[in-house]
Amino acid sequence: MSTSLVIVQLFNGLQLGILLFLVAGGLTLVFGVMDFVNLAHGVQYMLGAYLSVTLYQLTGSALLGLVLALPASMLLGLALEWAVFRHLYQRHHLEQVLATFGVILFLNEGVKIVWGAAPLDMPTPDLLSGSVPLMDGLRYPVYRFAIIGAGLLVAAGLYLFVRYTRIGMLVRAGATNAAMVSALGVDIRRLFTIVFGFGAMLAGFAGAMVAPILSVEPGMGDQILILAFVVIVIGGIGSVRGAFVAALLVGVIDTLGRSFMTDILRIFLTPSTARTIGPALASMTMYLLMAVVLAVRPAGLFPARGRG
Amino acid sequence: MNMTQCKWRTAIAGLAGAALVAGVSAAPAQAQELKIGVIAVLSGPQAVLGGQLKDGFNLGVKHAGGKLGGLTTTVIVQDDELKPDVAVGRVKQLVERDQVDFVVGPIFSNILMAIVRPVTEAKVFLISPNAGTSTLAGKGCSPYVFVTSYQNDQPPEVLGKYAHDKGYKKAFLLAPNYQAGKDMIGGFKKHFKGEVADEVYTPLGQLDFSAELARIAAAKPDAFFVFMPGGMGVNLVKQYRQAGLEKIPFLSVFTVDESTLPAQKDAAVGFFSGMTWAPNTDTPENKKFVADFEKEYGYVPGSYAMQAYDAAQLIGSAVKAVGGKLSDKDALRAALRKADFKSVRGAFKFNANGFPIQDFYLVKVAKRADGKFQTEIVEKVFRDYGDSYAADCALK
Repeated sequence: MSTSLVIVQLFNGLQLGILLFLVAGGLTLVFGVMDFVNLAHGVQYMLGAYLSVTLYQLTGSALLGLVLALPASMLLGLALEWAVFRHLYQRHHLEQVLATFGVILFLNEGVKIVWGAAPLDMPTPDLLSGSVPLMDGLRYPVYRFAIIGAGLLVAAGLYLFVRYTRIGMLVRAGATNAAMVSALGVDIRRLFTIVFGFGAMLAGFAGAMVAPILSVEPGMGDQILILAFVVIVIGGIGSVRGAFVAALLVGVIDTLGRSFMTDILRIFLTPSTARTIGPALASMTMYLLMAVVLAVRPAGLFPARGRG
Repeated sequence: MNMTQCKWRTAIAGLAGAALVAGVSAAPAQAQELKIGVIAVLSGPQAVLGGQLKDGFNLGVKHAGGKLGGLTTTVIVQDDELKPDVAVGRVKQLVERDQVDFVVGPIFSNILMAIVRPVTEAKVFLISPNAGTSTLAGKGCSPYVFVTSYQNDQPPEVLGKYAHDKGYKKAFLLAPNYQAGKDMIGGFKKHFKGEVADEVYTPLGQLDFSAELARIAAAKPDAFFVFMPGGMGVNLVKQYRQAGLEKIPFLSVFTVDESTLPAQKDAAVGFFSGMTWAPNTDTPENKKFVADFEKEYGYVPGSYAMQAYDAAQLIGSAVKAVGGKLSDKDALRAALRKADFKSVRGAFKFNANGFPIQDFYLVKVAKRADGKFQTEIVEKVFRDYGDSYAADCALK
């Protein structure tokens, strides 16, 4: 367990955290502002990845595929909002869970029918295809720096958008008291549509960004959705700042747990016992973190104003 | 006049009725039929494997002109959804309602363990074209089960033997944290006697392997052995290559094969796996199988398709040997046991436990001239290799 390995793993943790934030950012926005539980956020992430692959195949440029996937994801998100989600805003959370879960099943199967069950390949854009040495024998792809950069940009952009724009102000107001905003003559439906389209675009962007490093396959959003929910619950539902901090926390803790838990346990236990317990404990760390945070601060680290 | 009309009508109705009766009674008198139930995972992320099984089996039936062993063959396909309870329900339907003569499937070992009793207790033959659990190879062996793939321990043994023969001193092992992952690591360690730098288990479905890759780089092993099936393998292979670790030999099982290569592409070229066969296996039967498969289904077949194709050939050979007399189970079993067909992989025979004795190869990923990717034979690692559990099986 050398110092350089610890530093590299810390960096890997930050990187995983930013990856998680890309997905969780849109989810927390939609959940916080619209009070709408959107389990289908994961499949929107998946659709973003698939759209970028298809657009890459059509245009022949990975970069163009990535960029064009943004409006395409937004359009698909708006279509979903119009067809399904719009009718659920006034409903109970459980009904929203049920309906959006149905959308997951439907779209996972739909993707399989359209693109097939086999995972697809998405190359790294040429511009970002190099790598730099990180430690002896390990190189770090430039593309991963691009993911980190994109995550930080999204974080900053979201912060400025919510904080300093007119729509952002309405978003904050809507999150606090939607009925009052509506009574003041703001078209809350339109606002919700905008927010939802934006959230869908963020989900699609995350999917398109990770397509070159992860496998693009049906159901790829299900796994990450769980992590994204852990992140927004820890961060405080509806808080972009909370999602950012929580994503980094989860990323770092999970990575360090996976890297060093077994080694640490070896100090107290026999190697074979450590090897059995270590991985199990490591995969629990982020949920333990969530339990601790919820015990101390039931509304999460940074509760959005206006909610308990 | 009314009278005549009426008589005519009666006569016509009578004729029609007679024809109908004749038709009905003629049907069972026609040539006997062979009914086969295929059960595999056809939905969810693993559907691509079940698809290969189904396509491979169908091609086998097609090559026999739709008549395995001379009997008109009906194939009924069921999706096990990779859920043991669903699989049991579907397989009971096949056995009880559809009255199939054989069940072919599944892909996954846990499904095999769930369906083996409902099938064998009904005295129906179960041909497993992929899963080969140790329990069925040893004490729990059954006269109604034949496996056309391998015993599960054997593919990782190939890599362990290869790593040992090659003189690698230090190996780093990686697998998902569940039973199959531990079995694969165990299989590798059976013949590899060098130092194990570390043995790492990741949660099922892990997406990003940066942390593990950093540990591999820090451990500086002579070889890296991994079992990471499906999408996890796609992620790992891409990230392993991007991290510049490819100088460390990449030895794997079920991580780089024809089901994942379309997504891994160049990232997997030069990586090793262990199998009984590869699409470039040099037998005339295999050339025909691969060429026809690609023409029919438009993708490169993997071992899943190959083993299902052989399962169809096996059934055909046995049905032919008993002259279509499917009710004589003992004769049918004896005929199956003979494995009197030309396996596309070359030499193939059954052990007393119904598992194969065959050769195993080190295979390597290569890019073909047409731009597609496949595994290719590098060298033979085991000759006429049976599994170690057969001794515990009471069958002769």
